Amino acid sequence: MSATILIWSITVAQLFLLAAMACAVARMVLGPRAQDRVLGFDALYVCAMLLLLTFGIRTGTTIYFEAALVISLLGFVSTVALAKFLMRGEVIE
Amino acid sequence: MAKDTSLILMIFLPFIGSAMAAFFPSNARNAEAWLAGAVTVCGLVLASMCYPAIVAEGPVRAQIEWLPTLGLNFTLRMDGFAWLFAMLVSGIGFLVVLYARYYMSPEDPIPRFYAFFLAFMGAMLGIVLSGNLILLVVFWELTSIFSFLLIGYWYHNANARDGARMALTVTGIGGLCLLAGVLLIGHIVGSYDLDVVLASGDLIRSSDLYLPALILFLLGALTKSAQFPFHFWLPNAMAAPTPVSAYLHSATMVKAGVFLMARFWPVLAGTYEWFWIVGFAGMASLLLGAYFAIFQRDIKGLLAYSTISHLGLITLLLSLGSPLGLIAAIFHMTNHATFKASLFMAAGIIDHETGTRDMQRLGGLFRFMPFTATLAMVASAAMAGVPLLNGFLSKEMFFAEAIETHADSILDRVAPYVAVLASAFAVTYSIRFIHGVFFGKLPDDLPREPHEPPFLMRFPIQLLVLTCLVVGIVPGLTIGPFLHTAVTSVLGLATPEYSLAIWHGVTLPLLMSFLALLGGALLYLLLKNYLAHCEEGPPYFRQLKGQRIFERVMVAVSWRGARFLENRLGTRRLQPQLRLLVAVALIAAAWPLYHMSFGLAAFSWNLDDAVFSGLWAIGIFCAVGAAYQAKFHRLVALIFLGGAGLVTCTTFVWFSAPDLAVTQLLVEIVTTVLILLGLRWLPKRSEEFQTDAIRMAARLRRYRDLAIAVAAGGGMTLVAYAVMTRAAPPTIADYFLEKAYTEGGGRNVVNVILVDFRGFDTFGEITVLGIVALTVFSLFRRFRPAPDSVESPEQQRVQNATDEARPDRTAGETVSDYLLIPAVIMQWLFPVIIVLAAYLFFRGHDLPGGGFAAGVAMAAAFILQYLAAGTRWVEDRLRVLPLNWIGFGLLLAALVGMGSWLFGYPFLTSHSQYVELPLIGSIPVASAILFDLGVFSLVLGATVLMLIAFAHQSVRRLRASRIAAAEEETA
Repeated sequence: MSATILIWSITVAQLFLLAAMACAVARMVLGPRAQDRVLGFDALYVCAMLLLLTFGIRTGTTIYFEAALVISLLGFVSTVALAKFLMRGEVIE
Repeated sequence: MAKDTSLILMIFLPFIGSAMAAFFPSNARNAEAWLAGAVTVCGLVLASMCYPAIVAEGPVRAQIEWLPTLGLNFTLRMDGFAWLFAMLVSGIGFLVVLYARYYMSPEDPIPRFYAFFLAFMGAMLGIVLSGNLILLVVFWELTSIFSFLLIGYWYHNANARDGARMALTVTGIGGLCLLAGVLLIGHIVGSYDLDVVLASGDLIRSSDLYLPALILFLLGALTKSAQFPFHFWLPNAMAAPTPVSAYLHSATMVKAGVFLMARFWPVLAGTYEWFWIVGFAGMASLLLGAYFAIFQRDIKGLLAYSTISHLGLITLLLSLGSPLGLIAAIFHMTNHATFKASLFMAAGIIDHETGTRDMQRLGGLFRFMPFTATLAMVASAAMAGVPLLNGFLSKEMFFAEAIETHADSILDRVAPYVAVLASAFAVTYSIRFIHGVFFGKLPDDLPREPHEPPFLMRFPIQLLVLTCLVVGIVPGLTIGPFLHTAVTSVLGLATPEYSLAIWHGVTLPLLMSFLALLGGALLYLLLKNYLAHCEEGPPYFRQLKGQRIFERVMVAVSWRGARFLENRLGTRRLQPQLRLLVAVALIAAAWPLYHMSFGLAAFSWNLDDAVFSGLWAIGIFCAVGAAYQAKFHRLVALIFLGGAGLVTCTTFVWFSAPDLAVTQLLVEIVTTVLILLGLRWLPKRSEEFQTDAIRMAARLRRYRDLAIAVAAGGGMTLVAYAVMTRAAPPTIADYFLEKAYTEGGGRNVVNVILVDFRGFDTFGEITVLGIVALTVFSLFRRFRPAPDSVESPEQQRVQNATDEARPDRTAGETVSDYLLIPAVIMQWLFPVIIVLAAYLFFRGHDLPGGGFAAGVAMAAAFILQYLAAGTRWVEDRLRVLPLNWIGFGLLLAALVGMGSWLFGYPFLTSHSQYVELPLIGSIPVASAILFDLGVFSLVLGATVLMLIAFAHQSVRRLRASRIAAAEEETA
């Protein structure tokens, strides 16, 4: 019983995460400003991390958490770089 | 010492010596001469030691397996003929080394000379001793390359460069022809072993492929021996230092051609085709070379043409197909080597002591250098064929052969007349050389005051001239037995009776000799005044310069032809190139699929795939968006690209490849930053292309390209679908899955494959990565940005202006305030990421991770520091030495790989076990982990090096603008 609940809740969570990713991508497409696109991109990364976690729970192994760890620790690097680029016109000065 | 060892030593010693000589200091003339002398003497001793065995038991052989599966072995073989040549090559090599010690000036870079010289000698010995046809061609090409380097030794001199290039082009093309010919012969015989080939003469001569094989083979031999019509490279090669000329054009380089013809004489000669081709080339070279030699002003030019002529004589003798002709040819090869080497050395001494080689400017040197003059006179007399000298003996044998009828034809009938005429010319140019240089009026405008050279510089000439004399007077006692061994090794049982005596009674050849001597002397008397003032080159033929024709052809082929093809077939525009590539790939893939069906499986779908399908819809959307925006909105395209990459990584996880996902995620992040760094330097968007009025043609072109793209992409999808929906055949993956733990000692199969099973591939890949990083770095060192991206970006200008305009702010305050909190977090994350990298690294052997992922993660840590605080802040506080890291990584990986040699295992064999560490617990310690450390270090170094190359660009620009501003102030 609990397994069924878990499976269903995970599937629903994944679908919602997917919807969130679709929204983030919509922001990336529509803009209107570059800053909005970067934010959408960052949200996409966070959603993907959560999606990986749910996938890990679903398969019952921790081996996939590695990728989630990498996203959570380093995923913001490209966001920061994009932000720096927008603000200063170059990433490293 | 075993005979086979001495053979192998003979080949390898010169190359080892060459490698050593290259590392001596540039002024170590004596040390170099000692080294080279020792190598040549070793060659001589080793060859002499083999002689008794050759006489007693026939050819000495040595064999090292090279490519046994292809029937190619490093086979060396020395019979009597090869022995004679090995002695000549080493012996004259020794004398030339001695001579060069005094000839080369202290300013010349001596290590280069001796290194090339010894390598050339090794290659020449290789030709002589090869027992395998392919090996022979390899050494043959090596002599072409090293002769190129030797002729171009004084590369600051345009003549030397041109001469070297011409020699390389002509002999190199000949070498390729020879390779083709040898392949044909090997195909006919079915073996490349020299002994087998030499025993299959009838088979080769009766084959349909005989003529093409012969022509290709002769193209190789005749170009090398500078025979007509390929003779023109030899006079141009005279720009080489004289010791080089003395070596290359007496005993070695040009002799390789005639050596080869004599070597294959039992197999290829005796046919009508052989007689005509070889005979014509030989006769033309003999006559024209001698005629041209008369009219040279340069002593070395005279000797060069004389060399062509004498080689023509040898070629003509070989063409006759009679055993006696072969004997005379071999005899003349040795004789020519001795007198021509001594003459070149004498020419070098004259040049050295007077500063010129122009015979019209020289004269009367006998008074200043009587000893050298006497030696040169004796050598010239041998060249002219004066009795009691060795040249006379072989020339008489030549006359005797010329009279005989071999293959009744016009060529055969004119042979005696041509022989006498050419010999008369030889007498004329010999007299001209002696008279023009040593006698007559002493000129008063010599660049230097002439005097005798040092004794040791003259010593090689003395020895060679003595040889000429002794061989000329008592041939039977000196050269006789050795010549006999050489001749029997080529001819075998077919060796005819012959005698090496000076006096055979008053015979026709003797009369011919005297006729030639007399005629030549008379001709010199007639031409004497003309020669004293004439232009360079023979009358009439002067206009027809082989060199000029050669250059015309080269220009036509390599410049105009290439230009023509480029204009017709090439384009610099990317779009047509891409269109062509994609279209060809599409057709190539569609063709077989059209004929053999796809076998597509039926499409099925269930709810479990819903999430994955949705994910891919997002990914596809991002990819299409990136492609759509790539032209005008680079930043947006980059963001979309990041989205597509993220979906790809998630897909890897979905298909249980966490390893790949981790690595790809890290690469994705670092790549995004690197591309962003590059965006700064790309030119601004050009407004003029945004007009609405796009022409009809352009519109059509875009639709066509879209159609091609859709077709190619759709095809790719279909192929992928077809592959993925069928059952996977058993692959090598099963093998790796099975063996990873038992043989590699790791549970992470991907990592074990990378560092153990396929360690050598990984080693190659990280080497390439290092090279790429270095290339990026060096390209950026010379990078000059486009004019419109030189100045600071607009944002910086605005912010700096704001800072300056407001009294309560100082310049640069905005940037230091901005992102203040994230910057602190980023700085504090540095150790955290180091821990992550260490975690990935140590786990790598058994679980996802590994050196590559750890390296990229660590690089991301550095990127964060640069992002947070700027280049200068980071480099004031951290020692960032990516070049050292790259070097360390590569060296470590190589050393670990080589370490397994110590235990008798092949390169990169890994050893593994688990070790208990306090606090951390049991960790796997495989030697592969050290290799992985090398990978880590190199990946980190390469990524950071590229990053720094970009980052420093901004710093450099700032510095440059500051310097410019400072200059303005002072002005």
